[in-house]
Amino acid sequence: MERMPKWADVLLIPLINLLIAFALSGLVILAIGKDPVVALRTMVQGSFGSTNGLGYTLYYTTNFIFTGLAVAIAFHARLFNIGGEGQAALGGLGVALVCLSIQWPHWLVALPAAMIGGAVFGAAWAFIPAYLQAKRGSHIVITTIMFNFIAAALMGYLLVEVIKAPGSMASETSPFPPGASLPTFHEMLAPLGIEFNRNTPANVSFLVALACLVFFWILVWRTRLGYEIRAFGQSESAAIYAGINPVKITVVAMLISGGFAGLMAINNVMGEAERLILNSVEGAGFIGIAVALMGRSHPVGILLAALLFGFLYQGGAELSLWENIPRELVVVIQALVILLTGALDGMVRGPVEKLFAKRKPA
Amino acid sequence: MDFLTIIQILDSTVRLATPLLLACLAGLFSERAGIFDIGLEGKMLAAAFLSAAVAAATGSVWLGFLAGVGASITLALIHGLASITFRGDQLISGVAINFLAAGLTVIVGQSWFGLGGRTPSLSGDARFNPLEWPLAETLADIPVAGPLYAELISGHSILVYVALLAVPTSWYILFRTRFGLRLRAVGENPGAVDTAGISVVRLRFTAVIICGLLCGIAGAYLATGLAAGFVKEMTAGRGFIALAALIFAKWRPWHALYACLLFGFLEAIGNRYQSIEFAGFILPVQFMQALPYILTVVILAGFVGKAIPPRAGGAPYVKER
Repeated sequence: MERMPKWADVLLIPLINLLIAFALSGLVILAIGKDPVVALRTMVQGSFGSTNGLGYTLYYTTNFIFTGLAVAIAFHARLFNIGGEGQAALGGLGVALVCLSIQWPHWLVALPAAMIGGAVFGAAWAFIPAYLQAKRGSHIVITTIMFNFIAAALMGYLLVEVIKAPGSMASETSPFPPGASLPTFHEMLAPLGIEFNRNTPANVSFLVALACLVFFWILVWRTRLGYEIRAFGQSESAAIYAGINPVKITVVAMLISGGFAGLMAINNVMGEAERLILNSVEGAGFIGIAVALMGRSHPVGILLAALLFGFLYQGGAELSLWENIPRELVVVIQALVILLTGALDGMVRGPVEKLFAKRKPA
Repeated sequence: MDFLTIIQILDSTVRLATPLLLACLAGLFSERAGIFDIGLEGKMLAAAFLSAAVAAATGSVWLGFLAGVGASITLALIHGLASITFRGDQLISGVAINFLAAGLTVIVGQSWFGLGGRTPSLSGDARFNPLEWPLAETLADIPVAGPLYAELISGHSILVYVALLAVPTSWYILFRTRFGLRLRAVGENPGAVDTAGISVVRLRFTAVIICGLLCGIAGAYLATGLAAGFVKEMTAGRGFIALAALIFAKWRPWHALYACLLFGFLEAIGNRYQSIEFAGFILPVQFMQALPYILTVVILAGFVGKAIPPRAGGAPYVKER
């Protein structure tokens, strides 16, 4: 079997996929009578051209790192967790309950507690599908989809009937106490003499996300558990033969996955909204799928892919503002990325492999 | 609750079950042939948009219908290309198709109509209007049977009857024809089908196209029968409820009808009442919305009869050399 060099596998293929996705999106923009070049310039300018735009880009990036990691850890165990959306919503509930429980003295105390709250609630929401997959053989894709809808209904019920702020018209909790307010990039960078726009939502969670990327790498490639997860993902029968408990690995991998998704809430709930609102996840759980596929389930790839989607998200908002192109363009690009990197991988991979085989006769 | 209320709820049950039933049968054909399809939602959405858009532009609901079905079949072919030809991951392909439809319908809709993703509202010949059955007016005054006939059986759009007829038709095709036997075989053991000299690829593509056709009808019904025009995200998870119904029905046509009627009934109740008192408990409306999914998880867990999918489902077929 002809193999291509590693750089082609990890760099060239994703780049070709991305180029095709962008080219097709460009055609969509052309088809609705707009100029793709102007659109791209607007997107770049709007997401990297000012610290305001950059702050939003990094805020979205933070969300997508968490959800990307959630999907990626499950991919390593060959589990497809579509439930990031619901797990992140429940993570929001966990974070909100922690933040509202007491008057926090300082964010340095509140943040670890909120992280535990978010991760535990996210993981708990992933537990039932994981257990059903491991013990009863119920397909995890279907159960996690169902759990997204159940989560949406549950959160709707809680926010309308149970934890709604008294006297408020909107379906949201009371604002979190000041002690649970996370420092934004403006506050973090001001002592260093760097001026960062004060109105952007980027906050200290970004650093937590970066730490999670490192943690992910250590976990997957430098621990016994990570080895077991990868072995299980490569070959279930070989892993079982080697004495790896399939039930344990399925459940643990999904718990970690749900935990990452739930952690996202420290960014969007605690960092940005500072209260729990309806539909706070806004599709970030699904973008995690594109991020993990594009980033090939590796922390470096996930960081780059999350940054790409952060740029697309913020750029897309600018597009709808200035060019009258709906934000849904980002959804189309996201769809094309998922389709090309996840499902139509063979379409690009085949010809490229042949090309390398021709160039380097064995 | 009086008799007329019951009739009205049952009437709206039938209307709401129709798109579920069509999408559920669509998934049935695809999954019986071994192609998992979580892109039912996207195909319905694309069909709903294009059928409403073309009907609004031409004033003809049938032209809209054809366009909608065409859109759905196009997406089905993309799914087939990814999962049959290139042997990609069927689940990921389905996810991508859902997003593709969600994005494109709004972008194109905004560009064509400038109404924020809606189409203009349809009326007259641009919609599927209710069919009045013979003597519905005259018989309506007969107690019990009259309203039952006039409200529940008569007065739906043609696609409702198409959906109901699709159930025995699907059963017949799948379980009483040679094509159906082969289609089911290809979902259980494609190797055996291949050995018999029958093309696995062609059978699976046929199944995927049938799936696209039925999803297209479901979408067209949503936008031009049930509602009067397309609104952004109008499928609202119906593709996934249909998927749930398919599992609930354990991949069988008649059971699909019962499951879809049950889920349609839940939706009809949820639309009519904000909360229901049941045996001393107050059931919130959100519980009713979540009930189809909860029931499916229970079924999937195997506590109430185990749901076993077609054996070769989800796996691309690689021909032996």
